[in-house]
Amino acid sequence: MNYRMIGFVLGRILLAEAALMLLPLLVTLLYGESTLPAFLLPMALLVLSGCALGIKPPKDTTIYAREGLAVVALSWIVMSLFGALPFYLSGAIPSFIDSFFETVSGFTTTGASILTDVETMERGLLFWRSFTHWVGGMGVLVFVMAILPMTDGRGMHLMRAEVPGPSVGKLSSKIRDTAKTLYAIYLVMTVLQVALLLLGGMPLFDALIHSFGTAGTGGFSHLSLSIGAYNNPYFEIVIAVFMLLFGINFNLYYFLLLRRFRDVFRSEELLVYLGVVAVSVAAIAANISHLYGTVSEALRHAFFQVSSIITTTGFATVNFNLWPTFSKAVLVALMFFGGCAGSTAGGLKIARIVILLKSSFRDLQRMIHPHAVTVVRLEGKPLEDKTVRGAYLYLSVFVMLFAVSALLLSLEHFDLVTTFTAVAACINNVGPGLELVGPVGSFSEFSQAGKLLLSFDMLLGRLEIFPMLVVCAPSIWARKRRKAGA
Amino acid sequence: MKIVIAGLGKVGKTLTKQLTADRHDVVVIDTNPEVVEGIVNVHDVMGVCGNGANYDIQEEAVGEGADLLIATTSSDEINILACLVAKKLGVGHTIARIRNPEYEKQLRFMREELGLSMVINPEKAVAREISRILRFPNALKLESFSKRRIELVEYRIGENNPLDGIRLASLYGSVKAKVLICAVARGQDIFIPSGDFALRQGDKIYLTSSPHELERFFRNLGLFRARASSVMIVGASKIAYYLALELSETGMHLKIIDSSEERCQQMSERLPRTLVIAGDGTDSDLLNEEGISQMDAFVALTGLDETNIILSMYATRQSVGKVVAKINRKSFADFVSSENMVDTVFSAGAVTSEMILQYIRAMQNSLGSKIKTLHRIVDERVEALEFGVTENISFVGVPFRELKLRDNLLIAGIVRRSGQIVIPGGNDSLRVGDDVIVVTTDTMLQDLNDIIK
Repeated sequence: MNYRMIGFVLGRILLAEAALMLLPLLVTLLYGESTLPAFLLPMALLVLSGCALGIKPPKDTTIYAREGLAVVALSWIVMSLFGALPFYLSGAIPSFIDSFFETVSGFTTTGASILTDVETMERGLLFWRSFTHWVGGMGVLVFVMAILPMTDGRGMHLMRAEVPGPSVGKLSSKIRDTAKTLYAIYLVMTVLQVALLLLGGMPLFDALIHSFGTAGTGGFSHLSLSIGAYNNPYFEIVIAVFMLLFGINFNLYYFLLLRRFRDVFRSEELLVYLGVVAVSVAAIAANISHLYGTVSEALRHAFFQVSSIITTTGFATVNFNLWPTFSKAVLVALMFFGGCAGSTAGGLKIARIVILLKSSFRDLQRMIHPHAVTVVRLEGKPLEDKTVRGAYLYLSVFVMLFAVSALLLSLEHFDLVTTFTAVAACINNVGPGLELVGPVGSFSEFSQAGKLLLSFDMLLGRLEIFPMLVVCAPSIWARKRRKAGA
Repeated sequence: MKIVIAGLGKVGKTLTKQLTADRHDVVVIDTNPEVVEGIVNVHDVMGVCGNGANYDIQEEAVGEGADLLIATTSSDEINILACLVAKKLGVGHTIARIRNPEYEKQLRFMREELGLSMVINPEKAVAREISRILRFPNALKLESFSKRRIELVEYRIGENNPLDGIRLASLYGSVKAKVLICAVARGQDIFIPSGDFALRQGDKIYLTSSPHELERFFRNLGLFRARASSVMIVGASKIAYYLALELSETGMHLKIIDSSEERCQQMSERLPRTLVIAGDGTDSDLLNEEGISQMDAFVALTGLDETNIILSMYATRQSVGKVVAKINRKSFADFVSSENMVDTVFSAGAVTSEMILQYIRAMQNSLGSKIKTLHRIVDERVEALEFGVTENISFVGVPFRELKLRDNLLIAGIVRRSGQIVIPGGNDSLRVGDDVIVVTTDTMLQDLNDIIK
């Protein structure tokens, strides 16, 4: 384990976080709020510890796969710890665990909140809370790699650990250019959304908050009723469409820029994604039409909710907790689907689900024709066995961790639906679940231990499980390398 | 520059490492996904998995355009096709590795009609390097500049060597030969020596001068070893064939030993003047019977690195004058040469990648003062570059003593337009039309103008 290099990367990330806190600081100043010290102190701490660790690169800058995994997991934990300080120090959230939960929920773009009365919070804090979505959406390490030259070629290990999806491709030959391209696309799309919301008459602060929530597919709003508070179809359509857009693999946008339209419109994952959205909207709209009278009204709410849940954002226009069971079941299923690989969304990812389905079909076919030789293809290319196995592994570990989390959380004596959907909403980075944790509820009822467990689940979901598991393995922290198999 | 490398064998990997270190945009193509993943994990390159000669694959790799495609797959045909496809995709330069002597003969056709910028036959290139060494056995390695008018020789100061303990200034005074010691490798350290520098036993020194002066230098010191006239080669490989072709022109006596009757037969058919012996080259009885100890030189060219190393050590023990071994694996080669187990080691991969790097460097500054030749010495840590002097060099005509050269940089030799060789002193200066050789530890030197502070 290259401890010095891990420290160095961590230091760089802390410095980056200090820089990112400048924005909410600015908002606090603009509104003349009293929470200024709550930002200044954490920033000073970040700069100090960041400088101590991240000024001088170590002699040996090699990062192997395990260092990559460890750095990613550690940096997300450390970032959340520091990021929680403004909430705690300002007294807006009196308990540190609650602040930590809220920040993890922000960075992992979950959007699950312990706040029962959001609207009284200071604007600077609200801005920081939503800004964590934007930062966490594309990943902090990717950001750091885009702006600071950090490692030799082995940075790929970092990128792979942070960017979601079964496989990560580079857009260009240099990792730094790839990171820059991704962030540029991300930024342009966010700005576009802010502009469209402003055009519809949303105040700038609201537009920023909701665009951050959409871009990171997070779902924090500064209104208790979320988007539903505006009751404005234009806002809903803009946000719903952008949620879907941010749930698409960013590589496809890059292909659009390169005018490789064929690659975009033949993308299997994209087609499946849009297909699932269309079918779910139709099914839910049919199911809830009696609640809203007109078909168009039913479609409007079904479309917004489906797009919010499948991209794991978690904005709401209505309290879908009151919908019929079928609609709720569809939404819960969509939580697990998630968006496309390489997007900012959480969940299992459409690509993985397609791989799992196809390979399951292949294996079923083998039962009928035991000697059949068939290849699983994705996007027209045959998949390696390793990738298929990776998808199975991910699913099985995911299910096991899910079961364990639900079991532990059930000790809190809530009803089954609350317990189940709370874990599902956290591990898939959705945000709202059903019943107590539904769109108008909050996570404040859970005990401190329950909140920590859910925070862990959110990190598991955002980093796709393995980095978090790797840091928990004692063998990787051993000073001397153990022999393989020992 | 954006460079596409198709085929990740030893040469492909070496090139990837070197080119990413030189900060080029590199895209690699290979059919084996594991190899591609391995290299993407270690170097900052983009990987594309597939056949390098496939149009779609290349289109993906080339993207918005590339400056150079290097085809180093194991198949000549794929390499040629990959270059043709790249040309059609608008890639400016293409380099192909081509092994088969049949294609090799159509070199001109490939360059002029098919538009390949450079064709490399690694075995032939290695054979040429080995033959140069055998002609001047004092050298561990020998590189030439300006059409062989100036040579750069690597020499190791062994035990009881008259050079041990001598200061350079007094050496230049006493030896009566115009040579320049431009670099010294001592253990892990590299020196670009000045006059006060004292040589020690175990140093590897790098001398530049004309071939004639170099010979005089070693003669005057009583160290000269004459050109090898009898050479024993173990392993009837392609390199052996090319080497035999090169050497038999100069009238050397050659013995090639190989255990395969069939290969010996072929070799004998193609090389009528060479003695081919079918037998086990690792059998010391056979080697003694064929008079290994009377040989001037011994070359181990079997397919196995390990065998080549052991054979060369045996030959050294039998006091063969000059021992050369082909060692493909870089880690072995580094170890063997650093421990002085074998005089001179070569690998086809290293020679090929060096030729390609030289081409790329020359491509980069085709505008300014052009790099004509580039050789990398001392484990690739020192570069010896040959520049052509043009009008836009700011210090033409200025005597060297008035120039502030960069640290760890030396002007090692000048070839005047007339062909006259100058080993430069403080009063000499550059003239337009000269070729100048610069030795430096800065491996990023691009332009002749950059040699002054």
